[in-house]
Amino acid sequence: MAYAAIADRDHVHAEPQTFLTKYIWCQDHKVIAIQYTITAILIGLVALTLSVLMRLQLGFPHSFSLIAPQNYYQFITLHGMIMVIYLLTALFLGGFGNYLIPLMCGARDMVFPYLNMVSYWVYLLAVLVLVAGFFVPGGPTGAGWTLYPPQAILSGTPGASWGIICMLASLAIFIVAFTMGGLNYVTTVLQARCRGMTMMRLPLSVWGIFMATVLGLLAFPALFVSAVMMTLDSLIGTSFFMPAISSMGQPARGYNGGSPLLFQHLFWFFGHPEVYIVALPAFGIVSDLLSTHARRHIFGYRMMVWAILAIGCLSFVVWAHHMYVSGMNPYFGFFFATTTLIIAIPTAIKVYNWVLTLWRGDIHLTVPMLFAIGFIFTFINGGLTGLFLGNVTVDVPLSATYFVVAHFHLVMGVSPILVVFGALYHWYPKMTGRMLNDTLGRIHFWITFLGTYAIYLPMYYLGILGVPRRYYAYSDAIKFIPPSVGTMNKWITISALFVAAVQLVFLFNLVWSFFKGKPAGANPWRATTLEWQTQDTPPRHGNWGEKLPVVYRWAYDYSVPGAKEDFIPQNVRPDTLTPMGHAQG
Amino acid sequence: MIFAIALILLVVGTVLFHFLSPWWFTPIASNWAMMDQTVDITFWVTGIVFIAINLFMAYCVLRYRHRKGLKAHYEPENKKLEWWLTGVTTVGIAAMLAPGLAVWARFVTVPPDASEVEVVGEQWNFSYRFPGKDGVLGTTDVRLASIDNPFAIDPNDPKGQDDILVSSAELHLPIGRPVKILSRAKDVLHQFAVPAFRVKMDMVPGMVTYFWFTPTRIGTYDALCEQLCGMAHFTMRGRVVVEEADAFQAWLARQPTYTQTRAETAGDAAAGRASYAVCSACHGQQAEGNPQLNAPKLSGQASWYLVRQLRDFKLGVRGGAEQDTYGKQMVPFAATLADDAAIKNVVAYIASLPDTHPAGTVSGDPTRGRAIYATCASCHGGAGQGVWSTNAPRLSHMSDWYMKRQLQYFQQGLRGSHPQDFNGAQMAAMAKVLDGEQGINDVLHHIDTL
Repeated sequence: MAYAAIADRDHVHAEPQTFLTKYIWCQDHKVIAIQYTITAILIGLVALTLSVLMRLQLGFPHSFSLIAPQNYYQFITLHGMIMVIYLLTALFLGGFGNYLIPLMCGARDMVFPYLNMVSYWVYLLAVLVLVAGFFVPGGPTGAGWTLYPPQAILSGTPGASWGIICMLASLAIFIVAFTMGGLNYVTTVLQARCRGMTMMRLPLSVWGIFMATVLGLLAFPALFVSAVMMTLDSLIGTSFFMPAISSMGQPARGYNGGSPLLFQHLFWFFGHPEVYIVALPAFGIVSDLLSTHARRHIFGYRMMVWAILAIGCLSFVVWAHHMYVSGMNPYFGFFFATTTLIIAIPTAIKVYNWVLTLWRGDIHLTVPMLFAIGFIFTFINGGLTGLFLGNVTVDVPLSATYFVVAHFHLVMGVSPILVVFGALYHWYPKMTGRMLNDTLGRIHFWITFLGTYAIYLPMYYLGILGVPRRYYAYSDAIKFIPPSVGTMNKWITISALFVAAVQLVFLFNLVWSFFKGKPAGANPWRATTLEWQTQDTPPRHGNWGEKLPVVYRWAYDYSVPGAKEDFIPQNVRPDTLTPMGHAQG
Repeated sequence: MIFAIALILLVVGTVLFHFLSPWWFTPIASNWAMMDQTVDITFWVTGIVFIAINLFMAYCVLRYRHRKGLKAHYEPENKKLEWWLTGVTTVGIAAMLAPGLAVWARFVTVPPDASEVEVVGEQWNFSYRFPGKDGVLGTTDVRLASIDNPFAIDPNDPKGQDDILVSSAELHLPIGRPVKILSRAKDVLHQFAVPAFRVKMDMVPGMVTYFWFTPTRIGTYDALCEQLCGMAHFTMRGRVVVEEADAFQAWLARQPTYTQTRAETAGDAAAGRASYAVCSACHGQQAEGNPQLNAPKLSGQASWYLVRQLRDFKLGVRGGAEQDTYGKQMVPFAATLADDAAIKNVVAYIASLPDTHPAGTVSGDPTRGRAIYATCASCHGGAGQGVWSTNAPRLSHMSDWYMKRQLQYFQQGLRGSHPQDFNGAQMAAMAKVLDGEQGINDVLHHIDTL
């Protein structure tokens, strides 16, 4: 088999010897994964700080003179962009994708290790250009993370000259980095699986990451061209997105004939698949966490795979549900409401199967499991409210209110982040050889899980009242907003401060456990997938020592009737077991 | 155990919060009650699913939590169960989608008898245009926008001549009559949203968007911009007054047509000179201002701003607050100007006076003031020159002691609180950005250097 031959190319690159090639300029997928993860966490801390600042303004308006309106808009913009792109996308694909794909597929490394290394450094460059936006004249852009023109490049919006250019340049660079990584992930999954690892034996983590990468490779180009076109509109006065307008009482630079709606279509043609670029890896990873810690196979594996594929395909035909009140032809509403609600069906199947995995299981409430179940609860809540916003009629009164803020934060902010945490508690032992501290982990879980729900549940109701999002402050002159909204905003801010603070406990745990954590052993969770079967922990360069593993069964042989242990690793030969374990696929 | 209980408590808490929440839709004031009904249906369907799945999950965590000797059940697939769940889900989805689409079909079908009203958005205010007697709105071209033609109406289009222009952010509508809102933006994206009517639509430069509704309840309703439109987005507000047809017609009759606004002459400075004699007692012969008499400098200020303030003083929109001592002093003097022509004349005379550069009297930290001024510059211009389209007067070379007092009034609600003072309310929201007297001193020190 050709693919096994690729997987076994152990001389793809020699084992690095110097500090530089081992940890910095390194082609090993595991090191690159950790580089991506650390960078994403650090820039994520910036986004966390920004969210605290904006919550302070909303909870205690005008108490902090450093938060002027233009700062507030800059904070919401950068918070959103960093969380979606530079943290979640980079962490799931660059971090977990890099770490897990070769190990779970039974390969020695990614297929193109050099390209993989360059991908990280280009990503780092994108992050640096993004951060540079804070230091240019006028500061970073405050156009909202959707960067809608015309305002994004017109005075009246913060950072409309330099800040927006940094943002667009950074996005373009990020997409270059993502493409280099993404081609690698797809090729490795398709071509470098070890002998016996059929597609239908892949762990769902790999399926989720794989499909998300395919979505990314198809969707990011739309963002790339919109970034290029908007840069040209801004710098040399082209009119891709700019109709004839008058700005600040003056005709603006001879713009004519462009369409602001064109940008919105391009942006959301990227932007909606982007939701699933973040969600599908989370779906995949959480499936594996649930299965391992419930000591039970994932329920309905084949249905889960088909659901991932269906969601991936459908995610390209729902984008305009972000634009029901954008002024596009309202007849589009019929089509996009229908496709959007259809996508809820495969998503619901995934939720059912997660819960049915717990059903009749042997549930170990480990820290990764707490986060996984916390994810299901949060995702159900955030996902169900998507049925409000996707249904065009229901969306009209709720759009642009705090209902939307609550929905997308729970569904694509908190839910994936809970999976990220669960996954880090789960795989940290493999990455470092040490367990994360359990007590700190539980504190981290409870405050994060309950705190985020306390933040976002009330926001739905503020949104139903009609409280608009993206407001720096709510004037007393707005009659329909009672003072109780201000009180609620204070409580939300207080919850947010707790949630933010406990993330520092998590960071401390990451660092402390690296030195002082309990030694993990090779397979502390008694899991079946290949990454736990390496000879060394953490796995050495080349992952598998002399011989590649050979796979004989699917990834979920937990609690097989008659087997001695309650798990059978994928690489255990059937003839060594009596009686024979179930082999799927 | 604790986790299962926590999940159950979260479900119970969520349901309680739903029913006890003091925040719910504002009482509806339009025909779109069926939108609220689709929301209700969605709440019921999703609410049942939310409760059922989470309670089942809590049961699983409780029943199947690890104990010694417990072994998971091995059953990789259950086709029947999976197809059942898929089927039930599909039915639930259809139950929400079908009524949604049925209502949407009405939303996209504007009744033939709907009257048309245009809403115009511009950073950061709304204005409105009604078709005149011919029932047709004249064509517009945003490149024609100027201080004399803020609606950018094509002066050569006969259909536009009788268009009725409402330059205030307050729109009046007759009750019970379907209305099609045509919306237009001059600069960036905006949105015209009235929560009590439930409907909203973005306003997009370069195109005309629309939606319709029928006001069903007499009252006054907030209109908001709900599409991020720049720094002062959160201050972009309007108001819709729904009233009986007679009252509406009377209001409409008071609004000028395009022809009337074009016919308005610039003031006559020579005629205004005589009226200015009264003003000069306090404001000075050259309108240079007099701090001892609490009279600010007027020369060099934008004429449109002076005209608006004089009108506001006359109408009680300004100077009405009890503690606004000096504003109250101005009211009887403004009343001496008999009509709009008199106001324009005296303003024309002030415009003919030489501009001066008064010495700064406020001292603060100009570096900090410069940073604060970044906010102000969005409306008032980088050099404090004033911008007509944002309704922002000139600040540079004006009396800083007067601006200090006004900023304090704005902060204390002594100015900008009158319901008709939309621009004042915007400035009141912005003045709150300044931290007390220190912030005011700092920014004024910077303005003195412009």
